Amino acid sequence: MAVRELSSLEKYLGLKKPNKYSTQGDKKNNNGPPLAGLATIAHQLVKEAERPELLGDTAESRAVVHQWLEYSVTKLDSYTKEDIKIILKDLSLYLLDKVYLAGNQFTVADTLMYYGIHPVMVDLTIQEKERYVTVTRWFDHIQHHPGVRQRLPPVLIHRNRIYMADTIEI
Amino acid sequence: MKLFVSEGNPHCLKVLAALEVTGVQCDVQYVNHEEKVVPFLSRPARPALLLPSGQHLFSSNAICRYLFEVKGNETSELCSQWLEWEATELQPALLQALYMAVLQGKGAEVSTVLQGPLNVLDQSLSKGTVPYLTGEAVSLADVVLWAALYPVLSDSSLALSEHKSVKAWFDQVAAMQSCQSAAQKVLQGKGLQGMKSYMQRQPAPQSSQCKAAQPCNNSPAEGEEGERVVSVEEMEAATLTWSRGLDSTVPADRQHPILPQEGKRNILVTSALPYVNNVPHLGNIIGCVLSADVFSRYGRLRGWNLLYVCGTDEYGTATENKAREEGLTPQQICDKYHAVHSSIYKWFQIDFDFFGRTTTEKQTEIAQDIFWKLHKHDFLVEDTVEQLRCENCQRFLADRFVEGSCPHCNYAEARGDQCDKCGRLINAVELRDPQCKVCRQTPVIRSSKHLFLDLPKLESQLEQWLDKSTGAGDWTANAKQITRSWLRDGLKPRCITRDLQWGTPVPHPDFDKKVFYVWFDAPIGYLSITANYTDKWEKWWKNPQQVELYNFMAKDNVPFHSVVFPCSLLGAQDNYTLVNHLVATEYLNYEDTKFSKSRGVGVFGDMAKDTGIPSDVWRFYLLYVRPEGQDSAFSWSDMAMKNNSELLNNLGNFINRAGMFVTKFFEGCVPVMELQQEDKKLLALVGWELQQYTQLMDKVKIRDALKHILNISRHGNQYIQVNEPWKKIKGGDTERQRAGTVTGVSVNVACLLSVMLLPYMPSVSQTIRDQLNAPQSCINTMLQGSGTFVCALTAGHRIGTVSPLFQKLEADQIESLKKRFGGQQPTLGSAASSHPAAVPAPAAPVEVATVNGVDPEKAKQLTQAVAEQGDKVRALKTQKADKAVITAEVAKLLDLKKQLALAEGKSPEPAPQKGKKK
Repeated sequence: MAVRELSSLEKYLGLKKPNKYSTQGDKKNNNGPPLAGLATIAHQLVKEAERPELLGDTAESRAVVHQWLEYSVTKLDSYTKEDIKIILKDLSLYLLDKVYLAGNQFTVADTLMYYGIHPVMVDLTIQEKERYVTVTRWFDHIQHHPGVRQRLPPVLIHRNRIYMADTIEI
Repeated sequence: MKLFVSEGNPHCLKVLAALEVTGVQCDVQYVNHEEKVVPFLSRPARPALLLPSGQHLFSSNAICRYLFEVKGNETSELCSQWLEWEATELQPALLQALYMAVLQGKGAEVSTVLQGPLNVLDQSLSKGTVPYLTGEAVSLADVVLWAALYPVLSDSSLALSEHKSVKAWFDQVAAMQSCQSAAQKVLQGKGLQGMKSYMQRQPAPQSSQCKAAQPCNNSPAEGEEGERVVSVEEMEAATLTWSRGLDSTVPADRQHPILPQEGKRNILVTSALPYVNNVPHLGNIIGCVLSADVFSRYGRLRGWNLLYVCGTDEYGTATENKAREEGLTPQQICDKYHAVHSSIYKWFQIDFDFFGRTTTEKQTEIAQDIFWKLHKHDFLVEDTVEQLRCENCQRFLADRFVEGSCPHCNYAEARGDQCDKCGRLINAVELRDPQCKVCRQTPVIRSSKHLFLDLPKLESQLEQWLDKSTGAGDWTANAKQITRSWLRDGLKPRCITRDLQWGTPVPHPDFDKKVFYVWFDAPIGYLSITANYTDKWEKWWKNPQQVELYNFMAKDNVPFHSVVFPCSLLGAQDNYTLVNHLVATEYLNYEDTKFSKSRGVGVFGDMAKDTGIPSDVWRFYLLYVRPEGQDSAFSWSDMAMKNNSELLNNLGNFINRAGMFVTKFFEGCVPVMELQQEDKKLLALVGWELQQYTQLMDKVKIRDALKHILNISRHGNQYIQVNEPWKKIKGGDTERQRAGTVTGVSVNVACLLSVMLLPYMPSVSQTIRDQLNAPQSCINTMLQGSGTFVCALTAGHRIGTVSPLFQKLEADQIESLKKRFGGQQPTLGSAASSHPAAVPAPAAPVEVATVNGVDPEKAKQLTQAVAEQGDKVRALKTQKADKAVITAEVAKLLDLKKQLALAEGKSPEPAPQKGKKK
């Protein structure tokens, strides 16, 4: 799982040396030193690609980016149905006044959160997509960000509301 | 900057330690566990740091990282890695350990839980030559890990005897004054018990993490489960069925009019009435008529007494407007488009028992009868409505024929029903500076008296009926959900009259010159269309005891069929048949574009046939991506892929091979079959898939059922592949015998497939039976009960001429289709909606007039026309169409090219003819 996300990130960054990492997520035993983690490698790849702006350009935004990287590896790795509801609810409140996770700037946090939340979004009903409309809006934005989506199936998003509005017309 | 912490929260220890170590100046505020600090989180998060920018950090590691960075200590990669390990590996274990130690009193088991992470840490520390995790000095990683471990490790009950390096490191960090002081602040010297009130508020940790959401698999056939284990009993049962042979009865031809019969399952199927003023697109087709057709065909195979009716919905403003646009009368528009609809559905092989229309005498008769009954039973109320009227056009303006500024956001082009900018619903009279969309004059507000259906008065009756119907019938989840949400919001009276001409006249003398609002009128079309089919229509529509009613539609039509129309019928108190099974699809999108009502793209019913792709393949693909349970999308390349992989390589390949073996190895006669274990196993596997198919089809899971057809041919291909009859036929007697059995069983599976395919691909299904010369009685035998796979083609049966069933769709063919239909046309959005659809007509075909001189606009149009004509010719060639037809089309193509050359200002000399390639 982690490997797929990292290779997607590599592709997005335009790096040309695929699959030279291994992640602890893929190791079955905990013996031996952990090689790295998804967020850590992602961080490193961005540095390698000389795209520091993707990590945030101030100490504050860097902290925010890391917070969401951590969120994606801790909350979106495994979850229950109840967890998903809370995650979506929280994110939709958080994104109420933001274009990207770190505010007005696209960062690697958006990429990894997108990869992490994609399986959740695919399964949402139209009604749920409407309920978490800011998450849906952010997600749609990111999936159309050049180079991010890659081979993941696009999640279809409707602009017309059908559950929240009366649909009667002549 | 402000840091919020709570006493007894182990995560706060990290940040307080980091604060002390770094010496960053920051307000620290102690809050209780429940207080909300971070506005967007539903569970209280501690610690939380309010940044100078006003943003909140709620992850302890991110806060520590930030504190270190503010002091100029950039986080190293190694440090980062430890932090991530802490969050993903150590924390879950720690949470469980704390839970056991603090709340469950199982302190002794803590070491087992922590064994793994402590081993990792110990090995890393003992390998290196440096005392700390990332080097010679204490770093962020040491502070964070130490603080995380402190509550557990400081407790004397846990000995670190096995982890000597961890112990040494831990003690060294703990010796720091700043760490001591942070620990004191959080735990107050109470040790583990200091965290009790915090831990009590945490959800119990799950020992085995459950993955909830797996990516959903869109395509039915790709979600293949592993090989099913077949029991001996199953094999014996399947063999017994196999040997039963065919029913002798041949299905009776349909005798019109079909009427309910005593002792039969009487099923009435309706598809939402497509609105007449436009050409239906793929979304309309799959959403209603095609889905209902598949189910009806299946029902007839099952021997149900079934009637399928549909028709065009013809009244309403949209028709009036279209008539104005095209300079015709509304009746002429209806006649014209009714014919368009009919011919499209005919091409798609929609097998209606009757396809009618709503503009008939019967409609007036029945609608007015229902109206008077509602009136008699006092379910109609009168009210005055303010409406916009255009004095210039001499008519009241329907909501979407007014534009103006949005009263909420001032968007200048808000429509009369909704603002596209802020999305809010608008009452047309609230618009600022309203304009008539037709003549751009300012309309005036006029009040007009209208009749309303008193839904609140019918609400309790409706609910009672809904409980019964949704409980006993097969309502799709979205249908139930949409209905529930309507009821939850409470029903309001709904206006049933309009100030229009083109509609069913309201018979009440106080409301002359008014017509019924289409939503009241249109569903009555089901009744009137049936009445135009048979005089005995009431045997279907006033007979709930004998009749089961299935309504097919897209989800936007649900409220009309589940709430509004049933209320009309309940209020009329005339023993009407109400819907038992409401089957609603989600939306079908076109490629990956979003639904857009006004400027979507898509494929239209009448264009589908021009693609050269057979109607059966269109049906197959639309049903394969039927938006069942969730939205799906039509995609050209996916269609090509499914055609090539499922139809050509899987299904077609199997059926063709089975038939070819009979022809080539056994002179066209089905060989003798001596069933062995392996054959019986196949019979059982196929029988199981057949059973799944019937169960799903009975529940109208049309897309899911298709998966099981394809599974059968997959089993069949594998069976042939493993048994290699083409090799065995060259062997000795036993081997030849084996080849015979495998061939015979395979060709019988092919025969079963032809029956299962009938609802989906009627022509292909018939072609297969023609090729196999299969007896007619196989059709009704195979789908009896939960499915009966019998040996329909017995030894000695002579089959017909076998030929390939499907053709490959080539990449370039698909590319050109994609281009042709992708976005250039100002065409319909592709929601599977049928009635309320305010959509422009498809573009008129490119006009090909003679041009005299250079005209870039014309050249552009011609370029497209040439491309289209080229596609058409290619498609005809691949179909091996009649030579005369091809020649005629080629002539047209050459003519177009000549015109293009003229328009581009080039010499109209034809390009040198290439030699004919073979």
